[in-house]
Amino acid sequence: MTKPLLEVRNLVKHFPVRGGGFSFVRQQLKAVDDVSFTLLPGQTLGLVGESGCGKSTLGRALLRLQEPNSGQVFFEGRDILQMNRAELKAQRRDIQMIFQDPFASLSPRRTVAQTVREPLDVHDIGTSLERRKRVEELIELVGLRAAILNRYPHEFSGGQRQRIGIARALALNPKLIVADEPVSALDVSVQSQVLNLIKDLQLQLGVSFVFISHDLAVIQHISDVVAVMYLGRIVEQAEVSSLYASPKHPYTQALLSAVPAAHPAAGAKRIILSGDVPSPISPPSGCTFHPRCPAAQAKCQTTEPRQTTLHNGDYQRQFTCHYPLGS
Amino acid sequence: MTRPVLEVRDLAVEFDTENGRVRAVNNVSFSVNAGEVVGLVGESGCGKTVTGLSLLGLVPSPPGEVVNGEILLDGHDLLKLNEVGMRKIRGGEVSMIFQEPMTALNPVLTVGYQMTEVLRLHKSLSKRQARNAAIEMLGIVGIPVPSKRIDEYPHEMSGGMRQRVMIAMALSCGPKLLIADEPTTALDVTTQAQVLDEIVRLQHQFEMAVILITHDLGVVAQTCQRALVMYCGELVEAAPIDSLFASPRHPYTQGLIRSIPRIREHKIDRLPVIEGMVPDIAALPEGCHFADRCNRVQADCHERSPVLTPSAEAGAVACWHPLEPQHD
Ligand SMILES: Nc1ncnc2c1ncn2[C@@H]1O[C@H](COP(=O)(O)OP(=O)(O)OP(=O)(O)O)[C@@H](O)[C@H]1O
Ligand SMILES: Nc1ncnc2c1ncn2[C@@H]1O[C@H](COP(=O)(O)OP(=O)(O)O)[C@@H](O)[C@H]1O
Ligand code: SF4
Ligand code: SF4
Ligand SMILES: [Mg+2]
Ligand SMILES: [Mg+2]
Repeated sequence: MTKPLLEVRNLVKHFPVRGGGFSFVRQQLKAVDDVSFTLLPGQTLGLVGESGCGKSTLGRALLRLQEPNSGQVFFEGRDILQMNRAELKAQRRDIQMIFQDPFASLSPRRTVAQTVREPLDVHDIGTSLERRKRVEELIELVGLRAAILNRYPHEFSGGQRQRIGIARALALNPKLIVADEPVSALDVSVQSQVLNLIKDLQLQLGVSFVFISHDLAVIQHISDVVAVMYLGRIVEQAEVSSLYASPKHPYTQALLSAVPAAHPAAGAKRIILSGDVPSPISPPSGCTFHPRCPAAQAKCQTTEPRQTTLHNGDYQRQFTCHYPLGS
Repeated sequence: MTRPVLEVRDLAVEFDTENGRVRAVNNVSFSVNAGEVVGLVGESGCGKTVTGLSLLGLVPSPPGEVVNGEILLDGHDLLKLNEVGMRKIRGGEVSMIFQEPMTALNPVLTVGYQMTEVLRLHKSLSKRQARNAAIEMLGIVGIPVPSKRIDEYPHEMSGGMRQRVMIAMALSCGPKLLIADEPTTALDVTTQAQVLDEIVRLQHQFEMAVILITHDLGVVAQTCQRALVMYCGELVEAAPIDSLFASPRHPYTQGLIRSIPRIREHKIDRLPVIEGMVPDIAALPEGCHFADRCNRVQADCHERSPVLTPSAEAGAVACWHPLEPQHD
């Protein structure tokens, strides 16, 4: 069996919040609640769920940009959560992050060259000449021309800015990139360009991604494994083709049917989830999805479902539901 | 015979920029029938929002200016109205909702306060009547316990909820025409599905016309009867939805249809894309503006600009070498 690149065990991130109304009682908001998954080298995990499900918090907790409360994050066998500052800084070379908003995530006062070079400067890698050559190499790798290196971010379109962000993330040859909704702010036509680029980079450089999105149409193209998140927990996890062909969790099925049809004739049998994701401060009893679940039965209100694991070669298929689909 | 609520003729809008005067909307003509949902689609920067804003006299001026055209609402030219006349139309007969509801809602005022303001401006209602009407409207757009939530501030609501409030405000005076500018682009897919469903349902209930602005033809497929495709400030194709999807005539429309994110039965290696990017409107190429990205380009495309020409199936296309119409 291949050794995992990343192994996350029972990761928890709670935020202390003040109770609602005039209450001053401290409560815990369970943004990430007992999350576990495994990622093999060179593979991509797609992390999907509605807004507020905890995807970004999970992404940040993996890199300790937000300190998790408990759990383990093994990167190449070493627990990131046990590292001291110096070890962590060294580790950051191997794990990079890309953000959703290509407008906010680049400094307006830095040229493209300065932006892409920054990680090389921070980690003091190479001579000045070597750094310049590396920057040119990176900018061409992401499909831009070296001629733009002295220009500023505001002169570029959303898709171009996202490419610049990707070039910077690649500067240190990372083994893993956590990409938080990297295409959600882009036009659909530009989304596809950026997704093709990321796919090329995966193949060419063997870099792994944790790719966060709320859109299963986007996740399918890029992922080897998909984890579906609801209210801080992973409710289904599977190899990409089996998840799309036969979702087990009703939430996965609802997310699949929420993708707009690509044709006016299609889209007859859509499941539209009613209401919002409930507050993670006081999640519903039993299965937390039960108030919105089209398949819910009496037991779902009272009893928390346990996780089922099916083995399938290198992959495991997991889901947490009393009444999984197709069984 | 359906009659148009709105007729736009030869609309042109310009802006003064660092790079000189640019034309953001050029020679745009279209009409919208009563009770019809029309999609206005195109990539970022192609002039959709400016078109929507000019229908309500909201183009910021300076730097912007409507330099040509007529905007006929039930036959009356809105461009001839003064600001007072325009203010009566806005939020009354025509209303608009925006992509990011936070920018349109005042963060320091409750939802209820903002809604009753609009109602009292357009209808002679007492405070109590306006409040009751607002609560009713919030219920209609699917906000649970509206009599409670009416006293909340915008930041206390989720993105989907805020967009529902915007819709409730826009509909509260029973407009004939609703302009919805990317109303779901900032939302996740489930909330998008909810909000689009709500717009379609309310459009039937209130028998109003809707112009739905979006960069995603998938959204159009799901909600509209007709679509207008825009590129570099100009309309390049107009057609009823079914023929547009079954048989796009403009290569740009075909590219947009192919780039709709969809779930596929089998994964493919590369997603189809429209190569390149939208040119800068301050430096538009000669001839057809799409020529640099077009897979059907020929020599003459670089020389002369194609004009929107009516074609079969009640559509129109601006292209020298359009795709053949498909019949099935
Ligand atoms: N206030 C302004 N000053 C100068 N130029 C402007 C202004 N508003 C819009 N423009 C220009 O007009 C063109 C069309 O803009 P518009 O916002 O209508 O496009 P859009 O299709 O709505 O794009 P997006 O999807 O990004 O909102 C763009 O090139 C834009 O830069
Ligand atoms: N710094 C914070 N303090 C309190 N609550 C937070 C903080 N960051 C995130 N949350 C809450 O955690 C939950 C998950 O948030 P987030 O990770 O941003 O979700 P997503 O990325 O899926 O939108 C939400 O309910 C959010 O309000
Ligand atoms: S456990 Fe019950 S409520 Fe939860 S997802 Fe399964 S069927 Fe739905
Ligand atoms: S006119 Fe020519 S370049 Fe323009 S869209 Fe048609 S074929 Fe393409
Ligand atoms: Mg997020
Ligand atoms: Mg716009």
